[in-house]
Amino acid sequence: MLEYIVRRLLFMIPLLLGITIITFVVVHLSPGGPADMLTGLSPKVSAEAKARLHSLYGLDKPLHVQYWLWLSRLVRFDFGRSFKDGRLVIIKILERLPATLLLNVLSLLLIFFIALPIGIISAVRQDSFFDKGMTVFVFLGFSVPAFWLALLLMVLFGVVLGWLPISGMHSVNFPYFSFWGKLWDIIKHLILPVFVSAFGGLAYLSRYSRTSMLEVLRQDYIRTARAKGLSEKKVIYRHALRNALIPIVTLLGLSLPALIGGGFIFETIFAWPGMGRLGYQAIMARDYPVIMGVGVIAALLTLLGNLIADITYAFIDPRIRYR
Amino acid sequence: MEKILEVKNLSVEFYKGGKVIQALRDTSLTLKRNEVLGIVGESGCGKSTLALSILRLIPEKEGKVISGEILFKGEDLLRLSDKKLLQIRGDRISIIFQDPFTSLNPVLKISKQIAESLILHKKENLSTHQMEKEIIELLDLVKLPKPKDTMLSYPHQLSGGMQQRAMIAIALSSNPEILIADEPTTALDVTIQKEILNLLTELQKKLGLSVVLITHDFGIVAQTCQRVSVMYAGIIVEEASTSEIFHNPLHPYTKGLLESLPSREELPSSSQGKKRRLKAIPGQVPDPSNLPSGCKFHPRCPKVIEDCKLEEPRLREIVKNHWVRCIRAVD
Repeated sequence: MLEYIVRRLLFMIPLLLGITIITFVVVHLSPGGPADMLTGLSPKVSAEAKARLHSLYGLDKPLHVQYWLWLSRLVRFDFGRSFKDGRLVIIKILERLPATLLLNVLSLLLIFFIALPIGIISAVRQDSFFDKGMTVFVFLGFSVPAFWLALLLMVLFGVVLGWLPISGMHSVNFPYFSFWGKLWDIIKHLILPVFVSAFGGLAYLSRYSRTSMLEVLRQDYIRTARAKGLSEKKVIYRHALRNALIPIVTLLGLSLPALIGGGFIFETIFAWPGMGRLGYQAIMARDYPVIMGVGVIAALLTLLGNLIADITYAFIDPRIRYR
Repeated sequence: MEKILEVKNLSVEFYKGGKVIQALRDTSLTLKRNEVLGIVGESGCGKSTLALSILRLIPEKEGKVISGEILFKGEDLLRLSDKKLLQIRGDRISIIFQDPFTSLNPVLKISKQIAESLILHKKENLSTHQMEKEIIELLDLVKLPKPKDTMLSYPHQLSGGMQQRAMIAIALSSNPEILIADEPTTALDVTIQKEILNLLTELQKKLGLSVVLITHDFGIVAQTCQRVSVMYAGIIVEEASTSEIFHNPLHPYTKGLLESLPSREELPSSSQGKKRRLKAIPGQVPDPSNLPSGCKFHPRCPKVIEDCKLEEPRLREIVKNHWVRCIRAVD
């Protein structure tokens, strides 16, 4: 098992290289550059000044040389400095990480603790009133775009009712609150973003676990469990559930990168000070080092998430042994 | 002999794609204590449905019992409350299935799957140590080698024969009175089939079990059963002792089945050279959602006459204890 993990980790290196090359090329292919964003709107800036900026950032060199320079810094864990404010990229990312983690861990927990029971009950009581109601809910969850739902909820709860704040992570006068006041303030700011980011996932996962459970309930070993004389409850929770959870573990692994990567559009709408918003702002400013930094970390987490899912698999499904 | 299980006029329907499938039509059956009763028929004739409906294991969404009674020691299983049913299902009546690999839970160790049944059906509480002892005894009983290692295995680590032995161990853990074996050897290699059948026969004698053995193979019936019921299109068409059926088959369908068995003299390697093409019954099993009129076998029957198409024949006792559902049985 250990050997397997080490080998998987080594295999990640070429994968990561490939991902960074593609990201690098795509980012540089997009029109405009950091110099344009800083200077393009001002008629006073001469072409020479622009060229000076270019050479300062190393953008006058051929693309492969630029990539090589970036890569040679990366292996020393040097993500470089932001073009925009000259701060270290790694610091900028670390600053944003807690906000993203907080939001996404909560929404992931919400998704799992609500969607799994929904899916399982729907499967066990297939075609019941509950199941049909959930099908409608899932249909809505799939079709409603998160950004649109976010805006509507902001209008309703933020503007019309005025119950909840609509953006940011804390109020302006946050520093003056007591501890409980601060906590309550953060909770109020979290409600809308967590709900909206969980909404789509809720629909997806509840549908997925329903399908998985239905599949398992059709299996012969469920019939055996019933034939033993077990009560329906034991048949479902002892025999069916564990088998139904196996494919869901993959989903968990795949949702790990979202934990950190954060939703770009989503965090921007709620002005949430997380990684997604950082990435979005970096893209708009053609802030290459920050874009690449966020990209590398997201890619790394995706690969690690897959690995963790595969390892968890082996723990819950004895048929899987890795070599 | 005492009747331990009686199925009376059982009708079961399945619903598939808007069609009604008559899986069992007014089927009756009697199992006596300590006997092995074979139920024989082609695929789709309703054998497995019969096995499953005895323990009420037919999924509610797929099909249901329309009418009839299933009497276990005089008590109708179809009218029991769910709670009472669980005191009989897996306890007094156990069942084993065709494919042991898919019938065992892949994520639970064999020991756990047996222990679960022991906990459920033993009246007293067992300590961990006693439990282990009981599991090993059961695995010994079904002749699984190295019971201590085997109990800690997962199903996929065992061979097909070993899996079926483990299934039998689970079925016997409650010390049942009746064992229903639904094609227990169909999914296994021929050599293993023989071993499992020998084991079943041995256990039946040792434990005084009453067995319903469902199979499509008359060879298996000859080896293991005292009595046979032949099923066709959801109904019993002939019933007699095993030797009577083999020596004096009366229903054209039974005759057809027996003639489609190769005998030793006819095998290609035999020097006698008494070559005969294996006979097959012409045609196919009728579509159970669209059964023919009259005797359901008439479209394939070599002895068919006009009367056969009119109404379904009744089961008649032609020789003592030999029942046939055919108007031309004695002609």
